Amino acid sequence: MSKNNENVFEVIELCLLAGKIMLQSGAETYRVEDTMTRIAEALGIPNSHSYVTPTGIVFSTDDTNPAKLIRISERSTDLYKVTLVNSVSRKVSNGELTRQEAYEKLMEIEQANYTFPIYQQVLAAAIASACFMIMFLGQWDDFFPAFIAGGVGFLSFIFLQRVVQIRFFSEFLASLIIGVISMLFVKVGLGEQLDTIIIGSVMPLVPGLLITNAVRDLMAGHLVSGLSKGAEAFLTAFAIGAGVAVVFATMS
Amino acid sequence: MTMVITHLFTSFIAAASFGVIFNAPRKSLLRCGFVGMVGWIIYIILVNNHYDAIPASLISAVFISAISHIFAKIYRTPIIIFSVAGIIPLVPGGISYDAMRHFVLNDYNMAIQLAAKAFMISGAIAVGLVIAEVFFQLFMKAKHKLISKNT
Repeated sequence: MSKNNENVFEVIELCLLAGKIMLQSGAETYRVEDTMTRIAEALGIPNSHSYVTPTGIVFSTDDTNPAKLIRISERSTDLYKVTLVNSVSRKVSNGELTRQEAYEKLMEIEQANYTFPIYQQVLAAAIASACFMIMFLGQWDDFFPAFIAGGVGFLSFIFLQRVVQIRFFSEFLASLIIGVISMLFVKVGLGEQLDTIIIGSVMPLVPGLLITNAVRDLMAGHLVSGLSKGAEAFLTAFAIGAGVAVVFATMS
Repeated sequence: MTMVITHLFTSFIAAASFGVIFNAPRKSLLRCGFVGMVGWIIYIILVNNHYDAIPASLISAVFISAISHIFAKIYRTPIIIFSVAGIIPLVPGGISYDAMRHFVLNDYNMAIQLAAKAFMISGAIAVGLVIAEVFFQLFMKAKHKLISKNT
């Protein structure tokens, strides 16, 4: 009996670790819950329950074991980790990985850093900003200002995020910087349409993933996580808008 | 025609760049770009043919979701990788920005109108995503039934 209990306990640990990595990397709520129940089922716990919100996971089995809770305090977007955990869970369900192997693999995934180097991310943000500016019917003359404003804005967002650690404040400051740079470009005469430059440059900060996930969660019946993600998206959008608004109010 | 080519090109690059920012698997970056390109080109062609932005977003979201589902099935990856890259260009950033600007300029009437429109577009995108998902699930169920009947 005690051996069986220990086994159940370790499976719970494994499920929570998988759920934690997925949630921290920006997976949808239903996918996190689905992954955890699938792993548990494959390892001999058919009736498990998981309750996932953006800030924490509760996981329990039908046995006498107590439910376990994990607090999630930091969330970012790392779709590669979501993919990796997904494939681990698939292998566990197919019986290709044992519990121990899966746990080691997940620990490895949790500790590793797969993100692109920062200069590549900033470059991508700059290129995306310039392309969005064109897509929103801007002129090719404004390509360079949008490129610079978007790149500097994203770089300052990453930097501020490390220093301030309050997400909304760093988004606010980053969009303020974008507004100032775009305004300067237009005043100097290098840029033409202020609006399209700012809209394009702000796009890398826009909470597109959050909005999509929020509505997706709501429709799937995860009302709590849907609403809280929606609130986060709204706050982000508000922070960006407020940053640009300050520039307009003071400089024009 | 040149406009369509410009939009094809820029939307592909923009969606792939977003793949880099969200750290999508390196192999799927080009696929992200493809999904974003198809979604945006459908949207821009509809808007240029005098469709309203709301139905245009809805139709384009249906296509994005359908392609993402197919890609997710083929490459065995979570669907979110593709759908996010496709949705980003449709997110009403420009309208929200305009709304915010009118709020600052104390033009509340215009600001509320624009904000309502941004809200409607977000809703249309979400409904589009779900419509495609429902159809995809029905299709998969029908396929499973067919297979189990034949064996």
